[in-house]
Amino acid sequence: MTLTYDSVEVGDALAEHASKPISRHTLALYCGASGDHNPIHVDSDFAKAFGMPDVFAHGMLSMAYLAQLLTRWVPQSQIRTWGVRFVAITPVHAKVICTGKVVEKFEADGERRVRLEINAHTDAGLHTLAGDAVIALP
Amino acid sequence: MLDRSFIGLESTPRSVDVEKGQLKFFARATDETNRIYFDEDAAKAAGHPALPAPPTFLMCLGSLAPDREDILGKLGVDIGRILHGEQHFTCFKPIYAGDTITLTTRVTDMYDKKGGALDFIVQETDATNQHGETVGATRSTIVVRNT
Repeated sequence: MTLTYDSVEVGDALAEHASKPISRHTLALYCGASGDHNPIHVDSDFAKAFGMPDVFAHGMLSMAYLAQLLTRWVPQSQIRTWGVRFVAITPVHAKVICTGKVVEKFEADGERRVRLEINAHTDAGLHTLAGDAVIALP
Repeated sequence: MLDRSFIGLESTPRSVDVEKGQLKFFARATDETNRIYFDEDAAKAAGHPALPAPPTFLMCLGSLAPDREDILGKLGVDIGRILHGEQHFTCFKPIYAGDTITLTTRVTDMYDKKGGALDFIVQETDATNQHGETVGATRSTIVVRNT
């Protein structure tokens, strides 16, 4: 079923999307797949040398999970702009829980759009990403 | 404090191929379950000419083809001291496996907080495809921990 502008109300929530626990293996795969080879995410010796207690997840890995939250709601071609602030580091072993809700309905550039507030938290309740997304709806 | 004269510096445009194997690897690394992102038959059935790049993949293309000027290196930034502060995307056209994307990056702002304990570097990147179409733009804020 195609989601339409008229069927969406301010306050509507997107279906929550949770990752698996982020293992060191996940981080190694993401390092290679993303091209972000910063050793701080995969080499605990390196991380400790730079004052971190351990390796930690790439912010962009959590943002990829937020992208999945969006593309489970609408086709990717309907995303106009989106962005996040990384407000806390995501520790290794955390699950990333992605949420979103409609906060505004408006028209711009001749099409009908909604603004979503999007967030990521760890399963321990740590708020890690905060942002918004503008989505066009038919 | 970092050398603020880097504000306005623009990288030489660099081109990077969108490889379908890399897209499948990215889908696996991110536990993607939507088959259009890793199964070409599913992508074609959904109306795509090839595997589409998912919404954050434009940043990966930037990492896979780093700016030749090595802006962070010339600023003297140690990779062990950087964190990602903010990330924004503007989406214009789909990016597909087989495309060649040309990236141009500019340093648009630099500032510090907490009495210089943290430096911020804002970089914007424009992306065009092999047809000369603008496919997207990114704005990335990197945080440098000086303590």
